[in-house]
Amino acid sequence: MTLTQQIITVSMVILATVITRFLPFIIFPAGKETPKFIKYLGKVLPAAVFGLLVIYCLKNVSIMDGSHGIPELIAILCVVAIHLWKRQMLLSIATGTVVYMLLIQLVF
Amino acid sequence: MDNEKGIIGRSLRAAFPYTVPILAGFLFLGATYGIYMNVSGFSFLYPMLMSMTVFAGSAEFVAVSLLLSAFDPIQAFLMILMINARHLFYGVSLLEKYAGTGWKKFYLIFGMCDESFSINCSVDIPENVDKGWFMFFVTILNQSYWVCGATLGGIFGSFINFNTEGLDFVMTAMFVVIFLEQWLKEKNHTSSLIGIGLSLVCLIIFGPDKFMIPAMLSIAGVLALVRKPLEKGGAVT
Repeated sequence: MTLTQQIITVSMVILATVITRFLPFIIFPAGKETPKFIKYLGKVLPAAVFGLLVIYCLKNVSIMDGSHGIPELIAILCVVAIHLWKRQMLLSIATGTVVYMLLIQLVF
Repeated sequence: MDNEKGIIGRSLRAAFPYTVPILAGFLFLGATYGIYMNVSGFSFLYPMLMSMTVFAGSAEFVAVSLLLSAFDPIQAFLMILMINARHLFYGVSLLEKYAGTGWKKFYLIFGMCDESFSINCSVDIPENVDKGWFMFFVTILNQSYWVCGATLGGIFGSFINFNTEGLDFVMTAMFVVIFLEQWLKEKNHTSSLIGIGLSLVCLIIFGPDKFMIPAMLSIAGVLALVRKPLEKGGAVT
């Protein structure tokens, strides 16, 4: 690929990304009344998207082979247990990550 | 009366702790991306400029393979559109949150990513802090971590060699905590269950590379179907 072709390709990547970010704000501008259905989606979507993001992070975990997702399961249970106990976001995340790293580096 | 400087400083101090997990995750993932570009034969300027302008992890990784294959801008455009389609959901969810943030709104939208969306959407911003500045700092701190990671990875490339295996789990752990916080806060779990359930079903049916679009379509569809009962039950006000 020549430099010009590279620049065009990267510009396309930028343009497509910018469109996905700005489109909702362009279609539903702040000054105008947002349709009720979109307002409803705006309220209920976050909870669903947080669930989607959890699954997205785990998408390459394979239950059938390798370590069968056991390190992920143990680490997530740690995160949940510690978070329910202390409700300290950073502590829960740090502990879960360290547990996971130890599990895959030393155990599995 | 509070002066502007005090508000800005307080917003930064309030925002920073929430971004610490992302500091760890983005330096690591950003460096992975920079190293990947480095070993693919690109100068550090590529990961640096792309992390500033694109700032969307998976799209930047895919862009490397686009740059290495035959020139096809239309395909590149459509592919990235699909990969980043989840931003549409974030936008719809943030329409009201971002309202009234003035000039910062442009950057808040430009720098929106999975992590900034999750924090800005889930944190109850303290009353003595300006919500616009708070969200601005969350967004710009997160992006700066990514740019630093990508640039350092691009410069030092394959010199970095210590056992970081599993460090990327910091992102999974963060989303689990955010999901859990939402769960503890909400009275009605319908939307959380729809999100996690349908994503899982779509992952099983379509596989890891193709499940996002069907998952998003089915989530939006089912949420539309349960709108009446949810609004009647008082779950949405």
